[in-house]
Amino acid sequence: MIDRALSGTGNWLDERFHGAKGLRTFFRKIFPDHWTFLLGEIALYSFIILLLTGTFLAFFFKPSMTEVVYHGVYTKLDGVKMSEAYASTLRISFDVRGGLLIRQIHHWAADLFVAAILAHMLRIFFTGAYRKPREVNWLIGLVLFTLALLEGLFGYSLPDDLLSGAGLRITQGVLQSIPIVGTYLSFFLFGGQYPGHSIIPRMYILHVLLIPGLFLALIGAHLFIMFHQKHTQMPGKGRTNTNVVGAPMYPYFMAKTGAFFLFVFAAVTLASTFAQINPIWLYGPYNPLAISSGSQPDFYMGFLEGSLRMMPAWQWVVFGHTFAFNVFIPALLPLGLILTAAAFWPFLEQWITGDKREHHVNDRPRNAPTRTALGMAAVSFYGVLWAEGANDVIAQHLDISLYTVTWIARIAVFVVPALAYIITKRICLGLQRKDLHLLEHGVETGIIRQLPSGEFIEETRPLSEEALAKLAVPERLPLPAGRTDGEEDVPPPTMRRGVGRVKARLNKVLTETVPMNGHGPNGHGPDGHGADGDHARAALGPSADEDHDAEGGSGEHG
Amino acid sequence: MTDPSTGEWPGDNEPDGGSLSGQEAGGSAGNGPTERRRVIGTPPPAEARSMLGTPEPGTPGGPPLPRRRELPADPQDMPGARRAERVVVACFVIATLAGLGFIAAYLIFPVHSVLLVQHSNLALGLTMALTFLALAAGVVIWVRRLMPVVDLTEARKPLRSSDEDRAAFVETFEEGAEASQFVKRPMLRRTLIAATVPVAIAPIILLRDLGPLPRTLLDHTVWRKGVRLLNYGANTQIRPGDFSSPGGMITVVPDGYQDDFNALAKATCIIIKFGPGELQFTTADHPVPGKVVENWTVDNIVAYSKICTHVGCPAALYEETTHHILCPCHQSTFDAVRGAEVIFGPATRALPQLPMTVDAQGYLVARHDFTEPVGPSFWERGPST
Repeated sequence: MIDRALSGTGNWLDERFHGAKGLRTFFRKIFPDHWTFLLGEIALYSFIILLLTGTFLAFFFKPSMTEVVYHGVYTKLDGVKMSEAYASTLRISFDVRGGLLIRQIHHWAADLFVAAILAHMLRIFFTGAYRKPREVNWLIGLVLFTLALLEGLFGYSLPDDLLSGAGLRITQGVLQSIPIVGTYLSFFLFGGQYPGHSIIPRMYILHVLLIPGLFLALIGAHLFIMFHQKHTQMPGKGRTNTNVVGAPMYPYFMAKTGAFFLFVFAAVTLASTFAQINPIWLYGPYNPLAISSGSQPDFYMGFLEGSLRMMPAWQWVVFGHTFAFNVFIPALLPLGLILTAAAFWPFLEQWITGDKREHHVNDRPRNAPTRTALGMAAVSFYGVLWAEGANDVIAQHLDISLYTVTWIARIAVFVVPALAYIITKRICLGLQRKDLHLLEHGVETGIIRQLPSGEFIEETRPLSEEALAKLAVPERLPLPAGRTDGEEDVPPPTMRRGVGRVKARLNKVLTETVPMNGHGPNGHGPDGHGADGDHARAALGPSADEDHDAEGGSGEHG
Repeated sequence: MTDPSTGEWPGDNEPDGGSLSGQEAGGSAGNGPTERRRVIGTPPPAEARSMLGTPEPGTPGGPPLPRRRELPADPQDMPGARRAERVVVACFVIATLAGLGFIAAYLIFPVHSVLLVQHSNLALGLTMALTFLALAAGVVIWVRRLMPVVDLTEARKPLRSSDEDRAAFVETFEEGAEASQFVKRPMLRRTLIAATVPVAIAPIILLRDLGPLPRTLLDHTVWRKGVRLLNYGANTQIRPGDFSSPGGMITVVPDGYQDDFNALAKATCIIIKFGPGELQFTTADHPVPGKVVENWTVDNIVAYSKICTHVGCPAALYEETTHHILCPCHQSTFDAVRGAEVIFGPATRALPQLPMTVDAQGYLVARHDFTEPVGPSFWERGPST
């Protein structure tokens, strides 16, 4: 009965859309599994939650700066003048059933959205999933991240409360500080001088139409490209650059990802049930004369806030024009630096390594120590800025002077990333050595055996195939113009001068890794497991060996 | 067997490929869709188990083609399947009940007061979260405990098109370009490109009326000669004698503008009363770094702009013992006795001092507007005076 209905429907649809073949391929599409692949899904599902809850909120929200006098159920603000935007947000919170819940879900989901994008982006970076052929999707991701920050800023400014108003004032001050065009940008955005009467309705239409439209288009492209190129996979048994191993779309992935959407929704709902967020009625309506201390924005704006707080008071006046370095540098530089570096990185890495191949098996972060170290340097740079964004809270809770906190941050923003780079790289190389030890000697069993000669040895067990496959390091290429002709120490002429020389130096840094082949100075242990090491890292470039020499001290494990 | 108009199917020679095929179900014997559709939990016919089918033969230069994978044996045989099924069913029942509970909570719990909203929020949120959680948990247990474990392999073809395809594309592209005569007729090409330029610029021009031009609007505030200072909030005019002793900071606004946020966003001031000899005066009649213009104060009362010169937050914190004015946004700190000079933080300029005097009735009034723009820096601002 049901079968007949289904086949009837299927027939009807297929005769119109010719879907049987395509849909079958779709059903059979294989999705590799790894817990980090869920991060992007969290971002996607938060976005869907945002669309759903945002639509609900828009039914009741009035994006207007018209002044009204409040006489609603929140009696503490009775008789207070406020904008219609703020009054309607109070109404959503106190007079619409489920309004507060949906408002809080919207806010929590927005925070989760940005957090998930950040985490997803880091996953992509640290596993090298941005490599060819996925560079374009990496760039789209960077645009999505930037848009998410903007969308969030506009969104939490809409209720026109005192806290977000301070954020908006800062935004305006930053805009105004931009050389040459800043004053005009500010006047055009605000429809005149700050605060004007236009900013809320303008931010509203950007927040609910323009930016979500861009999101839909870009997320669509992002997913389509991912789908078309097929997902990357983590290294493992049977997983190669020319296959995809995992569960099919139908029914496995569909069911699991559907359930995951519900988990995300449930988590956000639980947060919104028990953890109050953005209680705008406590902040009061916006008033340009008032402010409260401890004004922290949503977490994703924290690094910009910290950057502003940290900057020394530098300003030039040249030919009657003001360069407000104290404002526009901290506001634009950190994000600009991180995003520009991130955008160029895949291409830079390709150029340095000469690796133009497709990569579908992800790196384990330890196997690309320099990349991982650079990533951690960026993360710690962001982290210092972020912490400085709460310098007043830190000063208060740790009972140290506010100025001391700021000075620590001013120094830390340079020192901590450098330290993070060095430490991360050491950790990665150390982990590689641990892997090498496992590959060469196998797993220690804890069984001690005495040989007839009287010598004691510990028994080891070779790794399982599965474990071996996980430890395997993907083949790295030597420099394209490689050190050939048997003269390993003499770089080719193109690598001795100018750009080539820079490239060779960078290559040396970037490919620094623990040698895993049998030709290095370490050789192998006599236990015969060396073959595994050969198998795993046989194709390491010669440069890696030299790096190892330069690094020194890593030969103990041989 | 298959409708000839849907010609893709016969070519697609998968045994399980036609599950949506369009022939009349009743008429087909044995191989009809009725028998091909597998219901979860029932043993599938052997030939329907393949999820991948025969791999596309002859991928040029490709890897060893993945072997035909089959779903594992009858899921009913999985240990604990029956128990798992009961758990899943329980989850779905819970989800149903919680969903009904959500509807009930919506109807039962009123709002319109802070306390009621709290209860409503708790009831709605809990039932909603429970619905989603139970559903999600049920589905996950279903997938993990009832569906057979699969680990399928799909071949990944190189993204690069084959050389023949590329050559064919280039040929097609060139044919089209040839046919369009885009290359052959330069005037056609150039005028078309020229026509797109205004089309692209026009929408930007349209944005011009988003706001007025800045001109010198940022240079002035509403303070004028004789405008009285109003204690903000209390909305009372101020006499110097109202200060019984030196001390705290008062926010003042120009009388008549107390409800105009656009005026107040620039004109708001703070006044502080000092003890004799505390302020470091200059006798000049213009701002001097590190000094308070004596002529602009009344009876050791000094007025500064409240709008921080960093990015415009209200510099609202005042520490009486140190005479420091602090902006809570980015902690720019100004020394009130020394002309609100910056002593820490990202602000580059002192808070401008408002020229003050008393009028005939003895009220504090402005002498004239600030002599420099207040608030954050901007390109046209020029040097601080």
